[in-house]
Amino acid sequence: MKTVVRKIARYGVRDLIRSRWLLGYAGFFAAATWSLLRFSDNETKALLSLVNVVLLVVPLANLVFGAMYLYGAREFVELLLAQPVRRRELFAGLYLGLTVPVSFAAVIGIGVPLVLQGASAASMRTGAVLGVITVALSAVFTGIATVIAYRVEDRVRGLATALGVWMMLAVVYDGVVLLAAVQFADYPLERPMLALMIANPIDLARLVLLLHFDVAALLGYTGAVFERFVGGTSGLVVAGVALFTWAAAPALIGARLFRRKDF
Amino acid sequence: MIEISGLRKRYGALQVLDGLDLVIAPGRVTAVVGPNAAGKTTLIKSILGLTRPDSGSIIVDGREIDDAGQYRAQIGYMPQIAHYPDNLTAADLFAMMSDLRGDAVPQDEELVDSLGLRSQLGKPLRVLSGGTRQKVNAALAFLFSPSVLFLDEPTAGLDPISSRVVKDKIAKERGRNRTFVLTSHVMSELEELADDIAFLIEGRIRFAGSIHDLKKMTRQLSLERAIAHVLETGEAA
Repeated sequence: MKTVVRKIARYGVRDLIRSRWLLGYAGFFAAATWSLLRFSDNETKALLSLVNVVLLVVPLANLVFGAMYLYGAREFVELLLAQPVRRRELFAGLYLGLTVPVSFAAVIGIGVPLVLQGASAASMRTGAVLGVITVALSAVFTGIATVIAYRVEDRVRGLATALGVWMMLAVVYDGVVLLAAVQFADYPLERPMLALMIANPIDLARLVLLLHFDVAALLGYTGAVFERFVGGTSGLVVAGVALFTWAAAPALIGARLFRRKDF
Repeated sequence: MIEISGLRKRYGALQVLDGLDLVIAPGRVTAVVGPNAAGKTTLIKSILGLTRPDSGSIIVDGREIDDAGQYRAQIGYMPQIAHYPDNLTAADLFAMMSDLRGDAVPQDEELVDSLGLRSQLGKPLRVLSGGTRQKVNAALAFLFSPSVLFLDEPTAGLDPISSRVVKDKIAKERGRNRTFVLTSHVMSELEELADDIAFLIEGRIRFAGSIHDLKKMTRQLSLERAIAHVLETGEAA
């Protein structure tokens, strides 16, 4: 990695690991994981609940915190831009300095209770997949946060946009998909449904996780369709590639906006 | 030497810079003045590469500025009172800047001592007062002995003693042949510090030259009155 990128990222990490907000974020996942494991009679059930918590909270936290952080860093970025660095490198450093600590806070929050509670080997494997998904989702949504922060000038409008994006992807989208499925139930919907799943990073993450749980049939229509359509392993590969693309695309758009922006 | 020619920048319907030409002489202190929204900040940000002009050229020491920004290794920048990452300390900030400047060793820590910052270096920037953060800003601009310094309202928010320390430092470094570009709303301060004036109105240079010449031309005794005179009568070119 370019040294300038690493240097900027290092100070971003140094700033964020001392942030109370990040501590609270890790603490939240630790508390959620611990209590789900502790008070559930069945580890698999507990992990399924944890999946739902992750899919709801990680996008929201990364969007809102990411946007807040980037708006707050505006003046700092101006100072950094006045140094002999390229914008490309500066952006990469800022993005990594944000997404790495935020991802790892969630992963540590989930991982520590899993290890301490002595979860079974199968649960640990599921936990590992959940960790990977958490990192991917963090990359997606801090990426979207950079797009918002460098596209929307006004901070309040930017935060509102971040919340709107979350509402759309986490709540409204599934409702629309469901409505479409019911409306067009007489038609072969496999392919359009697949496309709709892949088009939303949260659904995609859910799909990867639930395919891993091997309970896709329980997920109802789309999960069953996906499992039958692409089958176990190749389904994971397709979904994994799509998720990786999702993780990269918003950050690349953010980088483009950043390079052209007037500060 | 900074040579700017034909600089234009439009934000939506607003033509902020409208064909601005200016030469900033080396080894002198140039004050950029003008009414609000005249384009002072946009001019400085364009030279620093923070803002991309629509057209025109900016040549620093004989080379057109570019995105690689190596020319910025020679530049020190003191922005207006700014908020930096909450949990970094001033020492972190200094270390980061020296890292980014290719492991440059801090060469000039005079302001760190004369502004009494030594004891504040280990504290998170969040807990420092606005004035202290401004002192950190000032110390940072001088830290790597740059040959050109851009100081945006350098004494705003400083107490009188610190303000004098910073002004003395500017005068001292000017004597060492460094180039300064200043903005300030305090005309008496500019009169004290600056050699040259770049007077902007509506995105163009209205007057560029020495303060002495401006006063002579307008037959006014102080810079403040000379500027007011130009604004009222539309005189000078």
